[in-house]
Amino acid sequence: MTCCAIDAEGVMAMSTTAFSAEEIALASHPLGGGLHQLDLSVPDVHCGACISTIERALTALPFVSKARVNLTSRRVTCIYAEKIGAQAVNPAEIIAAVAGAGYRAHLYAPLAAEGDRTRNQLLLAVGVAGFAAANIMLLSVSVWSGADAATRDMFHWISAMIAAPALIYSGRFFFQSAWNALKHGRTNMDVPISLAVTLSYAVSLWETMHHGEHAWFDATVSLLFFLLIGRTLDHVMREKARAAINGLARIAPRGALLVLPDGSRRYVPTEDIAIGDEVAVAAGERVPVDGVVVSGESDLDLSIVTGESSPVPVRAGSPVSSGSMSLTGSLILRASKRAGESLLAEIIALMEAAEGGRARYRRIADRAAALYSPVVHLLALASFLGWGFLGGDWKQAMLVAVAVLIITCPCALGLAVPVVQVVAAGELFRNGIMVKDGSALERLAEIDTVAFDKTGTLTMGGPRLVKAEPPEGSALSIAAGLAAHSRHPLSQALMHSARTTPVPFDRVIEIPGGGLEAVSCGTLYRLGSESFACRGLATQPAEGSPFSEVGLSQDGVVSARFFFDDTLRPGAREAVATLHAAGFGTVMISGDRQRVAGNTARELGIPRALGALTPKQKVDQCQALNSSNHRVFMIGDGINDAPALAAAHVSMAPATASDIGRQAADLVFFNERLDAVPLAIAVARRSSALIRQNFALAIGYNILAVPIAISGLATPLIAAVAMSTSSIIVVSNALRLNAFGKSIPAGAIARPAGKASEAQAA
Amino acid sequence: MNMLIYLIPIALFMGGIGLAAFLWSLKSGQYDDLQGAAWRAIADDDLDPPGS
Repeated sequence: MTCCAIDAEGVMAMSTTAFSAEEIALASHPLGGGLHQLDLSVPDVHCGACISTIERALTALPFVSKARVNLTSRRVTCIYAEKIGAQAVNPAEIIAAVAGAGYRAHLYAPLAAEGDRTRNQLLLAVGVAGFAAANIMLLSVSVWSGADAATRDMFHWISAMIAAPALIYSGRFFFQSAWNALKHGRTNMDVPISLAVTLSYAVSLWETMHHGEHAWFDATVSLLFFLLIGRTLDHVMREKARAAINGLARIAPRGALLVLPDGSRRYVPTEDIAIGDEVAVAAGERVPVDGVVVSGESDLDLSIVTGESSPVPVRAGSPVSSGSMSLTGSLILRASKRAGESLLAEIIALMEAAEGGRARYRRIADRAAALYSPVVHLLALASFLGWGFLGGDWKQAMLVAVAVLIITCPCALGLAVPVVQVVAAGELFRNGIMVKDGSALERLAEIDTVAFDKTGTLTMGGPRLVKAEPPEGSALSIAAGLAAHSRHPLSQALMHSARTTPVPFDRVIEIPGGGLEAVSCGTLYRLGSESFACRGLATQPAEGSPFSEVGLSQDGVVSARFFFDDTLRPGAREAVATLHAAGFGTVMISGDRQRVAGNTARELGIPRALGALTPKQKVDQCQALNSSNHRVFMIGDGINDAPALAAAHVSMAPATASDIGRQAADLVFFNERLDAVPLAIAVARRSSALIRQNFALAIGYNILAVPIAISGLATPLIAAVAMSTSSIIVVSNALRLNAFGKSIPAGAIARPAGKASEAQAA
Repeated sequence: MNMLIYLIPIALFMGGIGLAAFLWSLKSGQYDDLQGAAWRAIADDDLDPPGS
């Protein structure tokens, strides 16, 4: 089973964020008796061999008493002792052991306890309803096959006694939801469900007391059972997606190294940093709070904060914002804002103000219920009055009215939506796309315009060497040898693109804001911006050049130049072409410079590119598109994209996105390729078609069954059979989506053109 | 008719056993990791020694 043998060294090199023992201690929680529990997320586990590799690696550590991998949520729970003998242990070894086995490991704050409890409650309710439904059905079958009057009465009484507790226990989810809706003057699908269930129980009980022939206990309880299955599946699907998203590496630092007035350093959680505190940020770390540089120089990677693709040099006095990463040097900052009030807090405020499609959107099932329940309730009332006045038998009239309510109770309607969405979400899950809730799929099916962020979404957020002058020769291997000593993204790109063996250098000095310098065999080598490489003698490069440029000099003479461009995300061009072919409008809204944004857009064939946008302007763009009758699907990753992600009709973020971006988006895709965009749209459209079909089936069934109920011919037997068949039909129709997933035709996302050209011109 | 007095409690009792077994499996965390359990069942070595 070598499927998961990931190159361990590669993983070590990949994880640029090393966790300190203090940060791990902060994330683990004590169990008492000197034991601590640490939850890690390990996104790469996917088979039995992975489980045994990790568990073996961890239990081999002397201080680990228990390690258990959960494959479903991709997590490891590890229980370790604080001390062996008198010596304190270093919990960082746990992460090192997982990384040594070849897996990435992230600290994970267990928030899922709440979700697990709801899931267990739902499963319990399903179990209880299932037990009750099976037993009552057993008794009902004997009644239907012709039990004598005394036996029938006894069976009805037993059924009533089984049904009552099951109804209260399992039905509470529907009753609560219905009550909440009614309290706010709305109706949802749970209102007719609750009404039918309680009324049918009450009438059946009354019948039983008066030795009546018909009781609907079986229909009442099996209705609850079916609907609870749908609800539980829906919940489990959402939990699974949420767990996968929560398991991603947290980008914002949990804590920071505080520099105390006496010069000593202490690791504290970010929330405990006060204004005026001095914080040390090492090269490769992210800035924990907004502040001003006190000492030190570095280049900051702002790609996740503003979308700016090239690093920005900072020195003493420069303001820095939280979330940016220090690339080349160590900094001491003075905090100017508390963690809760920093840039992130402003973004969250913007997000709340921008709350767009999600807040206004009404679920398709609720919209259907708003039409459906008044019709059904009027119908039941009409048959009650009709039978009462015309027939004169008010008891019979009551029975008919209840039969109408039971027959029309939206069992199939209640399953029509969740089952399709669960199947669709499962299909997307297998393709590495997590859907946070079902309404996202409904909204995704309605969009006509796709808005992309540039840095980190259409591009990988890292540069790639596009051109070297001269293209051949030793210059590249010298440059690669120098670059190997730096974390700067341009250096990393240079190093990776060198095909020849890099020339080794013993001592390389990194000058923040400039470049790298080394002396070898009496020659002074410099690699960096042209002004640095030639000691300020060279000409300024053309302003706003789309390419980043790096020069290599030997004793002050430039010997080579390297040009870099952003790496496009694989599949980006194809994804944009597919979207255009299917008739969607595309637009790029970027925080990067206009020139750079325009260049990328041209390369990808996106007709419209807007650059240098602030987070607020991004929201405005989304809202402008929304108000010109377009439905926008926003794809972005940065902190600056979060408000726009919230403002769009529906939104998606890559797994590498900022924490807040992932939180704001409705969908998160885990694979590198941008094909996820057309695929998600295709599946959403397909599922919306299936939902409509299911509604049509359910309503068609009602049209057949309601006349039977109104004419007073619906016995409990007919009700039970009709209800089960309609549910089975709806569920089997939903499963057709699976067959669709295996062969997605190219034209699957085609939509009736019309607004498309408009959108492109807008 | 008389046999019903025995048979119905027996039927309910057997149903109750099923329900109790389900509740027990839920409480002992058997639904926490369905995919992992599938792999653990076919693992060669004993990953999960009893009593751990």
